[in-house]
Amino acid sequence: MDTAYLIETIIKVVVVLLIFSALAGIGTYFERKILAFMQRRLGPMNVGPYGLLQVAADGIKLFTKEDIIPTNVVGRIFKIAPVITAATAFMAAAAIPFLPQFELFGYTVHPIIADVNIGILYILGIMGVGLYGPLLGGMASANKFSLLSAARSAAVFISYEVVTGLSILAPIMMVGSLSLIDFNEYQSGGFGDWIVWSQPVAFILFWIAAFAETGRTPFHLVANDHEIIDGFGTEYSGMRWGLFFIGEYANMFFISFVIPLLFLGGYGDGSFLGALGLLAKMSFFFFFFLWTRAAWPDVRPDQLMWLCWKVLMPIAVINIVITGFVMMF
Amino acid sequence: MKNTEVFNNRNVSENGYYLVDIADYPTDGWGKFKRVVKRTFRGELFVGLWVVLREMIKFDIHTIQYPQEKMPIGPRYRAVHEMKRLWESDAERCIGCGLCEKICISNCIKMDTRIDEHSRKEVSEYTINLGRCIFCGYCAEVCPELAITHGGEYEQASEQREHFVDYSYMLTPLDKMKAGTQVEFEGFGSITPHEDERVKKTPLAY
Repeated sequence: MDTAYLIETIIKVVVVLLIFSALAGIGTYFERKILAFMQRRLGPMNVGPYGLLQVAADGIKLFTKEDIIPTNVVGRIFKIAPVITAATAFMAAAAIPFLPQFELFGYTVHPIIADVNIGILYILGIMGVGLYGPLLGGMASANKFSLLSAARSAAVFISYEVVTGLSILAPIMMVGSLSLIDFNEYQSGGFGDWIVWSQPVAFILFWIAAFAETGRTPFHLVANDHEIIDGFGTEYSGMRWGLFFIGEYANMFFISFVIPLLFLGGYGDGSFLGALGLLAKMSFFFFFFLWTRAAWPDVRPDQLMWLCWKVLMPIAVINIVITGFVMMF
Repeated sequence: MKNTEVFNNRNVSENGYYLVDIADYPTDGWGKFKRVVKRTFRGELFVGLWVVLREMIKFDIHTIQYPQEKMPIGPRYRAVHEMKRLWESDAERCIGCGLCEKICISNCIKMDTRIDEHSRKEVSEYTINLGRCIFCGYCAEVCPELAITHGGEYEQASEQREHFVDYSYMLTPLDKMKAGTQVEFEGFGSITPHEDERVKKTPLAY
């Protein structure tokens, strides 16, 4: 492994880490603003122009707050759980091509940290490991709400892993590769080549499962404020809670990148316009996460399980079978 | 007959109330399946999405940015007390009768009077403990001279509670009086609008 490659990779890792940590903060700003506008409020207005520096204020508060380890918690696991959430969220980013390759001072930059040929499998696997954050955090805390939340998160994540995996299997069969770059090449012909036209059912299923994987509102029961306080985050404070938060928002951003890359043509032919297109699609999916939070109620845990095992999974299997038959004949 | 604003007629059967049409729950599997399919494709989720997006686009914001903006309050609002002056002479209206002190149900008014150099009764000390006051308005109602009234000022900040309550704080300042900007209280105890027409001569005939 030559040194230039190593340096390049480290720089890319640092850039991705910095950008998405900052984006997670700015994501909270967008979330608060958009939710406020949809509810005829103004949202944060006092810190900085239009409340823009609210993110910085929140960050300072989180960083300087006392790091409380409550009595009766299992200390070591309690401390490591938020790190797992944040770390797995960022690890998943390694296989995502954020932009098409571009020239910088005569040097070709590939904005993907590792173009592994099992990209999607890797992303799904790492996101599956992300389950351990809420699970361990909830179980290490010494209260019932956290425990309930841990049980729910285990149930939800494992169930919806199935839907995610099965729904994405049909496109994978068509493309014949697990690399997101290959997915992008497959759809690079333009609007008509997008996988969403040939696999609309898989697209919808994956989108629905993405809400469960990120724990966003219709499936927000992992930390449902009105019944189990803040779930696994109840006993966390300061930066440990902040890590959970960063992990959650980074996950939202990465999923918002993955959906267009898989189904909506990604960055297309790799031109500047295509790159802008990918960012626009990503923004839409991120906005949709916030939009549904303003519009939709949460479902009950039993309804969520019902939806997964009795509706989404059978549809996904049928979709795979039909895709197989169409490809065979 | 859809007017639900008729509050004095409490007969629900006549007031436009009606039972919401709730269909029976399906009991068999096929019925449940049909219900799921119907609910899935009726598009209700998109109605919800459209409603919030519409509100966002309309941008009809209802927030009041409180310290900078304030809600208008009614003229009858019973906030912190004010002591008024006479329009004619700028003298204090309070005659030191002590009725407000007497009627105050939370015992928060304390006053002291003395005879001044013109042999008139004068208020020498007057305090209202606003920490005790329940803003019932009895003092303003009982005052025969319309001297103590409520004002519209509802926010105070100080290092000492005692700063709020002294007489000079409540008294209309003289420069405001000179400018003629003293506002009469329209609420509890004030004169009704057509009072002059309603006043009758004292019947001295008998």
